[in-house]
Amino acid sequence: MRTYKHPILSMFGALLILTSCGDNNSNSASSGALNSSAAEKVYVAPGEQDEFYAFLSGGYSGNLMVYGLPSGRMFKEIPVFSQFPTNGYGYSEETIPMLNTSHGFIPWDDAHHPDISQTNGELDGRWIFINGNNTPRIARISLTTFETEEIIEVPNSAGNHSSSFVTENTEYVVAGTRFSVPIPQRDMAIDEYKGNFKGSLSFISVDPEHGHMDIKFQILMPGFNYDLSHPGRGKSHGWFFFTTYNTEEASTLQEVNSSQNDKDFIAAVNWKKIEEYVNNGGGTMMPANYAHNVYDEATHTGTTKMKKEVLTVDPLKVPGAVFFLPTPKSPHGCDVDPSGAYIIGNGKLSADLTVHSFDNMIAAIENKKFDGEAYGIPILKFEDVLAGTVKSGGLGPLHTEFDGKGNAYTTFFISSEVVKWKLGTWEVIDRKPTFYSVGHLMIPGGNSRKPFGKYVVALNKITKDRYLPTGPEMEHSAQIYDITGEKMELLYDFPTHGEPHYAAGIPASILAPNSKKIYRLDENKHPYAVLSPDEARVERKGNEVHIYMSTIRSHFTPDNIEGVKIGDKVFFHITNHEQDFDVPHGFSIIGQNTSELLVMPGQTKTSVWEPKKVGVWPFYCTDFCSALHQEMQGYVRVSPANSNIEISYSLDGE
Amino acid sequence: MKQSRIKHGFAFLMLLAVFCSCKNENTQGETTNTQTKATTSASQKGQAFIADDGSTPNVLQIALGSPDHTTLVAAVQAASLENVLVNAGPLMVFAPTNEAFAALPEGTVEDLLKPKNKDALANILKHHVTAGNYSKKFLKKFTKLGQANDQDTTVEVIGDDVFVGGAKIIASIKAGNGIVHVVDKVIVPPSN
Repeated sequence: MRTYKHPILSMFGALLILTSCGDNNSNSASSGALNSSAAEKVYVAPGEQDEFYAFLSGGYSGNLMVYGLPSGRMFKEIPVFSQFPTNGYGYSEETIPMLNTSHGFIPWDDAHHPDISQTNGELDGRWIFINGNNTPRIARISLTTFETEEIIEVPNSAGNHSSSFVTENTEYVVAGTRFSVPIPQRDMAIDEYKGNFKGSLSFISVDPEHGHMDIKFQILMPGFNYDLSHPGRGKSHGWFFFTTYNTEEASTLQEVNSSQNDKDFIAAVNWKKIEEYVNNGGGTMMPANYAHNVYDEATHTGTTKMKKEVLTVDPLKVPGAVFFLPTPKSPHGCDVDPSGAYIIGNGKLSADLTVHSFDNMIAAIENKKFDGEAYGIPILKFEDVLAGTVKSGGLGPLHTEFDGKGNAYTTFFISSEVVKWKLGTWEVIDRKPTFYSVGHLMIPGGNSRKPFGKYVVALNKITKDRYLPTGPEMEHSAQIYDITGEKMELLYDFPTHGEPHYAAGIPASILAPNSKKIYRLDENKHPYAVLSPDEARVERKGNEVHIYMSTIRSHFTPDNIEGVKIGDKVFFHITNHEQDFDVPHGFSIIGQNTSELLVMPGQTKTSVWEPKKVGVWPFYCTDFCSALHQEMQGYVRVSPANSNIEISYSLDGE
Repeated sequence: MKQSRIKHGFAFLMLLAVFCSCKNENTQGETTNTQTKATTSASQKGQAFIADDGSTPNVLQIALGSPDHTTLVAAVQAASLENVLVNAGPLMVFAPTNEAFAALPEGTVEDLLKPKNKDALANILKHHVTAGNYSKKFLKKFTKLGQANDQDTTVEVIGDDVFVGGAKIIASIKAGNGIVHVVDKVIVPPSN
């Protein structure tokens, strides 16, 4: 250890640390929180509720976390792409189909960019969408039940990263590919990438009533990497903007080879023009195979339908639909201001931000001022579309959000800071450090015409010393800042779960009144539901045993079951007969190769058990439901495979 | 030899970190509105000042530990770039020796260290930083590098030697967050 080699120096150092820490504490106590009232600003008293919901993506957890702002309290983890033993998502028979893909059952993904549905460019709070990066998927989550209702796989995509951002009226949720791939997939040499791989940009239509998703069309673009995207809004509604990198089309050692061009592009896509082309019969229907999983709230059941074709569009066949805007230094974030006038490209290897003007872009297109083309797609002149450059003084800009008051806020990964600057004058107004290495940031309503510019949350990649240490692996850190003044004020740190990439926030007043309390039992259409305890029964069909079971405080009906044999597949179909807010019942049985179930009031869920051992095996309620929770149990008698014991069961002691 | 320098550097870093963070806490208490003050306090707290004797030294710690780079370290501190150099990066720092700084026209360094020239100094220093982590051998694949100040610099190979912006790499030290290439000249950013 180094400390032993320089004992005197180290002791001196330690002494200094001790004394200086004392100083630090007294300083921050006297001049930090109290003077600035930071504590007061984040304090939500017991029994009080937060002003905003914040939905933080769980990154490699595959799920979506629900937080409150300004308190930073976590309310719920919504399982989306990952199995979730806490409530049985992806384990129960009803939810296993939600994780089906063309690659089979995939119980995990990398969830990145949540975005809330909009009407007229403003948050409407009906649904939230999120992308699965790894096995490309887009999920739709209900904001009344806070459950995943639908997942659609995206074919011809790989590294589904420039996703899942919605247009002004949620006409589309858009999913761009990060990795270009052979389309259709085939066996070919990797070093033949250039000119042969393609990048798909998928426009997934959203049914305005039910939210159901359908891939309307995929634009097959040159084989670049499509990194992030945002929709136009206001005057630029009808356009979508995607940052690209690796316009070199390098297929190896990208950290060197994809940074050779001084400028990559922002791809500007006039989706209204392509929609019109497609509506008039344009495009090529291509064979494909992808899963569409829909959860039906009435049957409490998800089903998978494999889709077999997708409509593709060659951008060259729709003149005037796609243009490239040169943008320096491998741009990452691609953000559009609330008015729709400016498109901001954050060159991640740069110090500066590039702001393009939508009006300039339209003028350049109308005047046909092109600076060459790439694979037939016109390139506009950098100088012609440029609105301004923000000379930030920071390093490694990634993402920008807006407060709706004419200011923009950009994160800088390398210099670990949020920089506030003014739209139009491009002057830097303020900068505050983040702790550490910030990725995305979030202002509620940030991807809309109407941001709620009260707080910004910085989502950091590196935690280091911010909390009590928990070994090498730590949760990521977020900071919340008050942005109501000229200068930002750091209010509070809070840990997050997984690796939150992006987040979406919305005033609680929009969501909270619509949050569902129970599922109505009389609306339960599950085929194995028992709507009254006297319907509870056990049926044998060959080696399948179906147990139609109901629960209410504090017993299962039936509770004791005999006649099950080794080799049987036992289905526990459990309907929770409670109709009281927040009274779930759980279920688990010994030796089960799956998780427990958590069944909400009025809901039916199914768990499968394949007993391996002869005996009398107990099951019990896993949720502390009542004062008699410990009595909520039952037994299954398991007999040898050749046993003659008939199915029998007890109902309420009869 | 380098090992022991690094270890001395650690002890030095600890002291430095403590002093800086003390100073910072004091200034921060007073800091309210002006942007310059905010910037100052921003640059003097953060990752650079975490005590950690378990990880491989980062590029800042390596510079701090080297007796041949006291001028560079003074410059980094004057430009408040400590936190930039401890970031996850990866960062490749071309570190001119004291001799390299001394070879600049007389008065240049003293001038750059003045507070009013902080931005110019930061620009020069950032021109010595690349977002990347390449060995000297691997650098031979490049003809240019994009530097952190947003300008490019050249890479030339003459025999076994690699010259970056005209400065020769005379030693290379792997860091926890990248690599330090010691160079024999200050790389002057091209004037636009």
